[in-house]
Amino acid sequence: MIMPYEAEELFAGLGAVLLLATLIGQTLKWRSGGEASPAVENLNQRVFAWWVMVALIGVAFLFGKGGVILLFAFASFAALREFLSLTYTRRSDHWALLAAFFVGIPVQYYLVWIEWYGLYSIFLPVYGFLMLPVFSALRGDTTRFLARIAAIQWGLMICVFCVSHIPALLTLDIPGFAGRKLLLVAFLVIVVQGSDVLQYVFGKLFGRHKVAPSLSSSKTWEGLLGGVASATALGAGLWWITPFSPIEAAGFALVACAMGFLGGLVFSAIKRDRGVKDWGRMIEGHGGMLDRLDSVIFAAPIFFHLTRFWFVP
Amino acid sequence: MAEASMLKRAAARLLGMSVAGFARAMTGVLPDWRGCLPEPRQRVYVANHTSHGDFVLIWTVLPHAIRRGTRPVAALDYWGGSGLRGFIGREVFNAVLVDRRAGQSGEDPIVAVVAAANSGASLIFFPEGTRNTTDQVLLPFKSGLFRLAQAQPRLEFVPVWIDNVARVMPKGEFLPVPLLCSVTFGAPILLGPDEDKAAFLARVREALLALRPTERER
Repeated sequence: MIMPYEAEELFAGLGAVLLLATLIGQTLKWRSGGEASPAVENLNQRVFAWWVMVALIGVAFLFGKGGVILLFAFASFAALREFLSLTYTRRSDHWALLAAFFVGIPVQYYLVWIEWYGLYSIFLPVYGFLMLPVFSALRGDTTRFLARIAAIQWGLMICVFCVSHIPALLTLDIPGFAGRKLLLVAFLVIVVQGSDVLQYVFGKLFGRHKVAPSLSSSKTWEGLLGGVASATALGAGLWWITPFSPIEAAGFALVACAMGFLGGLVFSAIKRDRGVKDWGRMIEGHGGMLDRLDSVIFAAPIFFHLTRFWFVP
Repeated sequence: MAEASMLKRAAARLLGMSVAGFARAMTGVLPDWRGCLPEPRQRVYVANHTSHGDFVLIWTVLPHAIRRGTRPVAALDYWGGSGLRGFIGREVFNAVLVDRRAGQSGEDPIVAVVAAANSGASLIFFPEGTRNTTDQVLLPFKSGLFRLAQAQPRLEFVPVWIDNVARVMPKGEFLPVPLLCSVTFGAPILLGPDEDKAAFLARVREALLALRPTERER
């Protein structure tokens, strides 16, 4: 798969946006006279992490389908590691956990690689769902059994099944779109992550009324509406890299951003439940892999299936 | 002869890097220097002990310069064999190997530890004396820690809490499962001038327990 020519323009655009963000961040730091506030410090860390993440995605794109699949397989690994670290499991779950990491992840991504839609869409929800609790049950330890197996299954669905639907976009045969499928991955990631960034910016500038005070102190109605509206506009503006018309692109972007926001809410609830602020410390300024991926995780399968339903004959 | 030992050193370096890389890939381990900074001075890192992977994790998060001068105190029967594990124990970690059954056979195990401290090495020391595979948070301390402090009253004892390793590699399993681990370093402790054994051990124990993450149930 050769990188489509639009990808170059896309990455140039991303570079320009990041350059602007870097300039703003460094100016704020310079104006504060060296002693930057924690918020500015965090902003600069986030921008730097974005440079790294965009570079990684760029390298993955250079290697085409294989590169993108490998990138998200590693993202799944890091995400599942964070998720299961915060859930209650016992010694008796050791084999179930080993199977989740060393069978679940490679097999799921291999199935995406060979484009076997019929199996990668049921492998974890059917075979994984039924087989994993068997490993734990055979050990005979029933303490909080249901909670343990439910958490492992949920982790697999979220961190592996859902994440694998991002590279699975490359397996969709959309008429007239052959050779440009990488752009669909870029569209989804840019729109949903862009929505996160824009919600953050609108929230910081105008945020007053909290959406769900018991879940998150940073999610406001002003941030939500401003962020989702502008990210939807961004999606419409990017229609030229998709198989969609501008109106359709706006609709797809809106659905993806709405799902992304809801994903963020669900993940906030889990973090509250586990008593942590972040999932990990892997990405400086952002937290863990799951803190960065939560919105895309919720958006990807829906985006995938809507595209498949309407655009794959 | 010189070539053979150089080859051995190169192999030990390579193996050490692979062990640290593997530990990072599995546990994503990051150090939390809460009570002190990583300084190249002689210290005894006093840690809880739930798994054979414990000192590997401490060793992994220490900066290279400090790592070289830091020797784990490890069981001869596990890390002293003739195979790969013995090579790792002796050549990679440069472990101070103690025979835990020496009570009967003669030499006091703490003698070798004090000798290592006298030579200026930093140590990784597990005061429980054995792996904790019970449901208790921390086993009672053996007297070794106090006797080491008595022999070297100016030694700094840094409490280190290692979290989650037992889940990565439960007792009796041979494949590790990837889960996040953390290593938290507390403030250095010195033996007080008139402090007796019970008071010193209790003080170290409390400092160690204070580093334990409490935000979630296990």
